[in-house]
Amino acid sequence: MITLWDSHYKEENANRLIRWVMAIDLNKCTGCGACVVACNAENNVPVVGKKEIMTHRDMHWMRIDRYYSGDLDNAENVSVVFQPMMCQHCANAPCETVCPVLATVHTSDGLNSMSYNRCVGTRYCANNCPYKVRRFNWFKYHNNENFDFHQNNPLGKLVLNPDVTVRFRGVMEKCSFCVQRLQDGKLRAKVNAKQTDAGAFAKPKDGAIKTACQQTCPTGAIVFGDLNDPESEVSKLFRDERAFTALEEVKTLPSVSYLTRIRNQKADEVKVNHAEHGHKEEEHTEKHPS
Amino acid sequence: MHVEAQVRAKLLTNTEQYSQITDDIARPIEAAPNKEWLFWTTISAIVMTVCCFGLIGYLLWEGIGVWGLNTEVGWGFDITNFVFWVGIGHAGTLISAVLLLFRQTWRNSINRSAEAMTIFAVLCAAIFPGIHAGRTWDLIWFAPIPNTRGTLWANFNSPLLWDVFAITTYLTVSLVFWYLGMIPDFATLRDRFTRKGKDVAAGIYGALSFGWEGSARNWSRYEIISLILAGLCTPLVLSVHSIVSMDFATSVVPGWHTTIFPPYFVAGAIFSGFGMVQTLLIVMRRIYKLENYITMEHMENMAKVVIATGTTVGLAYMTEFFVAWYSGSFFERYVFINRAFGDYAWAYWIMFSCNVLSPQLFWSKKIRTSMTATFILSIFVNIGMWFERFVIIVTSLHHDYVPARWANYTPTWVEFGIFLGTFGLFFTCFFLFSKFLPVINMFEVKTLLHRPKKPSGIPEGKKDEAVHAH
Repeated sequence: MITLWDSHYKEENANRLIRWVMAIDLNKCTGCGACVVACNAENNVPVVGKKEIMTHRDMHWMRIDRYYSGDLDNAENVSVVFQPMMCQHCANAPCETVCPVLATVHTSDGLNSMSYNRCVGTRYCANNCPYKVRRFNWFKYHNNENFDFHQNNPLGKLVLNPDVTVRFRGVMEKCSFCVQRLQDGKLRAKVNAKQTDAGAFAKPKDGAIKTACQQTCPTGAIVFGDLNDPESEVSKLFRDERAFTALEEVKTLPSVSYLTRIRNQKADEVKVNHAEHGHKEEEHTEKHPS
Repeated sequence: MHVEAQVRAKLLTNTEQYSQITDDIARPIEAAPNKEWLFWTTISAIVMTVCCFGLIGYLLWEGIGVWGLNTEVGWGFDITNFVFWVGIGHAGTLISAVLLLFRQTWRNSINRSAEAMTIFAVLCAAIFPGIHAGRTWDLIWFAPIPNTRGTLWANFNSPLLWDVFAITTYLTVSLVFWYLGMIPDFATLRDRFTRKGKDVAAGIYGALSFGWEGSARNWSRYEIISLILAGLCTPLVLSVHSIVSMDFATSVVPGWHTTIFPPYFVAGAIFSGFGMVQTLLIVMRRIYKLENYITMEHMENMAKVVIATGTTVGLAYMTEFFVAWYSGSFFERYVFINRAFGDYAWAYWIMFSCNVLSPQLFWSKKIRTSMTATFILSIFVNIGMWFERFVIIVTSLHHDYVPARWANYTPTWVEFGIFLGTFGLFFTCFFLFSKFLPVINMFEVKTLLHRPKKPSGIPEGKKDEAVHAH
């Protein structure tokens, strides 16, 4: 795989580093949305209220995209597919190259990281994101009477996760793969390891770190781990023949792989028609997975 | 047999004396401000203060959320207005620098006001990258200056950073070129005010003229430096808008990611700039009675540039559609069909009719020489070019790759207000300029008095015969 960050991977010890990736099995996913709620709670995602949701200013880091296919006038024939969507942590991230102040950069463990303190809020990254997963703080959502939700009262603030920054208005945010958990897990592994050269590269055991969405997923559709470890569960899933990445043709090289959904349908029931794809907003057809 | 090419009409009409030129151009500066001027300047200043500065204050206080933008459409009026104003500036540079290098002497009577327009337009443009950012107060991080933040520096890969360099270079060079051109005229005004015993005005213009003496050495240096600056400005005509277009062209957004953008944007910029020059000059030549300096030939020449650039832009629109089809790129095709027939089709067709169809009327000499018609068409050009940027930015963003995240964008009153406010800023600056600075380059126009040396075949009365004798 060629990435913008090849030099990272070619460095000595590069394969001893972690490469965080996620696999989502669409066969297992029921679209329940528990992951969305878990993510909100874990990452202090602000609640913004109906008015802002209506103007497409939701702050969710994770969402379930829905697509309809079939005869839209006949409700019985409509089939629905859905896809959990969050930051794909692309190896060729379009958002990273356009940020003028390097507020969003790639980490050595393959994350597309976001430094809130550095962000000036040009929103260029969000425009250039093919997955539309970046969220902008249009207002100050905490301690603001206009957003009288949990972040505006002392009791509600007890819900906030102390390991995660509450973002200021004017900055961009997005899924971080629960970086606070990753850092915690990495440090614990290093602390527990012996003080040797190998210890410096100590990795947490496969499955020891779970992202909030993964932890909450009732069907275990989300698997997270290290791609540099060929034996990790996620590596095996990445090698699965069902694995695909979203919008492959944009060449963003995502760190999230989806495992395509297998459906037992007759050929004439499947109406996957790219040409119809989205002439009207109601006519969304299924995104072809492969 | 001796054959002579058809002689061109004179560039200045009804003008015989050097002193007449000085008098005509210095008149608005020396006279007391008239009521009309006071009225319009006050209105512009109020619009500037309330709409531009007031609403920007509100924006900074509340957050970008007071605009109508959303997760999908991250840029709307802000960047549209930015590109619109930068584009307008281009005609000034083209007229002052490129036409100077090509020895198009007809430019001499319009270059000053066109350059002024450039500078004020770039000032208006510069507001938007500043306020569109969520944290305007941190924009200093764009500057690659030594700092205490370790290795964290500006990202030289980002076209927004190129923009900063392009625009600041453009503003600086244009400002220096404009100011330098005014130095001899400042000295003229200084001398006139001194003769009239108005010491304060003489002092101010004297300071502005940097002690210009009009000596041969002064002139020699002046000509050299203005040629050098013209040489520096010329690539800027092409580079600035090319770089602005790369904000879009280097992205992965379908409808933005197009290699045609740099030439297409430059043509559009010159087109919109000439539209704005027409609008301003038609008003100015009438109010200040400068018809002898900004003649019908000037207005016609500009109309011809508008036809040429408008048609180029039209060709670019069609090329985009062809390539969208020819490329076979599914997303690209969809974006262009959506542009012409989707939710913002009205904006697309306003753009198309204003930019491609309306300038074609300039093929008719009757329309070219009718100032009312030209004024109306020039307004259409301005409207069309604003919509071009709106269409490019909004229609590409609102329906891109992931249909689940398609959204529409509706601007709020704050966005309209700030846009209106920039017109207040622009016209305040322009009115102040037209009152306190020489709107026509006096000494350069004087070089045209006896040029072309032979009068045209069309008799224009006795005045031309006087020139004959010369």
